[in-house]
Amino acid sequence: MRYTLFLYSNEADFADVTPEAMEQEQAVYTAYIEALNEAGVFVDTDWLKPSSTATVLSLKDGKRHVQDGPYADTKEQLGGFFVINVADLDAALAWAEKCPAAKYGYIEVRPSAMPE
Amino acid sequence: MSNETHQRATQVARASYGRLLAILAAGSGDIASAEDALADAFHRALETWPVRGIPDKPEAWLMRVAKNRQIDGHRSSAIRNHVALDDYQALNVSSIDQPCDPMEDERLKLMFVCAHPAIAHEIRTPLMLQTVLGFEAHEIARAFVVSPTAMAQRLVRAKHKIRDAGIPFVIPPREELTQRLDVVLEAIYGAFSIDWTCTDTRDQIDDMSLEALYLADLLAAMLADEPEAWGLAALIAFTLARRSARRDENNAFVPLDQQNVELWDKRLLRHGELCLQRASKPANPGRFQLEAAIQSVHCDRAKTGSVDWNIITRLYEGLCSVAPTLGAFVGRAAAVGHAIGPQEGLACLENLDASLQENFQPALATRAWLLARNNNNADAARIYKKAIACTTNAGDRRYLEGQLSLVLKSQTG
Repeated sequence: MRYTLFLYSNEADFADVTPEAMEQEQAVYTAYIEALNEAGVFVDTDWLKPSSTATVLSLKDGKRHVQDGPYADTKEQLGGFFVINVADLDAALAWAEKCPAAKYGYIEVRPSAMPE
Repeated sequence: MSNETHQRATQVARASYGRLLAILAAGSGDIASAEDALADAFHRALETWPVRGIPDKPEAWLMRVAKNRQIDGHRSSAIRNHVALDDYQALNVSSIDQPCDPMEDERLKLMFVCAHPAIAHEIRTPLMLQTVLGFEAHEIARAFVVSPTAMAQRLVRAKHKIRDAGIPFVIPPREELTQRLDVVLEAIYGAFSIDWTCTDTRDQIDDMSLEALYLADLLAAMLADEPEAWGLAALIAFTLARRSARRDENNAFVPLDQQNVELWDKRLLRHGELCLQRASKPANPGRFQLEAAIQSVHCDRAKTGSVDWNIITRLYEGLCSVAPTLGAFVGRAAAVGHAIGPQEGLACLENLDASLQENFQPALATRAWLLARNNNNADAARIYKKAIACTTNAGDRRYLEGQLSLVLKSQTG
């Protein structure tokens, strides 16, 4: 089954991160991606710029609305995601547990609804 | 349709529902569709059996029909079918008296699926009652004091979550097992101890009690060194052993320390003792071990002729610290009343939240008994009346009315 891990964290926690720490963090994620690849479960990932850079669009009421984002103004914001292909929820949760973001935030694990 | 066939189908249904459902659901990961397929199979049985006779292996027959039905469903919804077509041949059709059935693995797996942390906490026990023990949603709703519609909706939602999120049907690894085991044990005990005022016959309740004992035994044996699983098996065995002594000839409740020990089931008592010995870990016994130990001390009366209330008081003190429920505190008050005296017992009740005791029959009945023993008959009578007012069970009411009339007699006399 394909699962997406949505990585949520409080952006304020990273406001004062030094470039060195940032580099270190990148290395940690690179290692995680390597581990996913080695296990043959990696599908996709992305790391997003802060939610202050987000823009929201909708055609919901027939008109084009564009506005400054993010969509949901919550304390924890979506900061990135991983798409993985594993056997079941327990396996997906085991990878979520290994994800560096789990240590400082929340990971929402959602199964894919797209036919395989 | 002949009455006999209908009865036989109902019998098979009750005895094998949980087992068949677990096998069907483990194959597809979809509890709701397994339930539909099984319901369909039972329906077909009621149509076919009266005409063609009851098959030699009714369970295998039901399994085959349900599996075919499940496969049809999968085809029509174009879902990839990964159910082995001839799994049902592996089905052991022995009766539930033989706990070595390897197919029982599937039921344990189903129990742990229901106890998965990804399932909302409050629906885990109802889900297990329905899928593993075969209770109807409306019965569960009544036991949990929720509307039948709300309960049915929550159950359906949970089953969809299991299917769609891909929760695996496996026995969890060791480190996770202990956490989920608590929920499984609670659910089995819940099924055993729930006040099934809605069930129609005594037989049905007895069936369910034996089923709970069977599942507790199975779990304890499979997990081998989980003390609380053995504790639960012991607690259920002790309670069941006293089943025939619980009511007198007028169906009135008989308190544990006044029961006729000749009516206790010696085989089940022995079974309880063996389970409790397996559980015994000197440090930090859990809730079920303590409750089983309390039962065990009561059951010793069959050998010694008396009850050691001091030990029972100590065990209740342990219980109140690991599982501080109102029931445990009331039990301790009663034990103190026996071991030391009614005033000390009443003092224990005084320390509890009065508003909680108002509608809790065991608290009221215990208070009334302690008051009567303290020769405060006027208050005892008043509290007995309150206890009677919040009793739904006819046998319990009869006992309390008996106690009330004794108090009223000594008041006038």
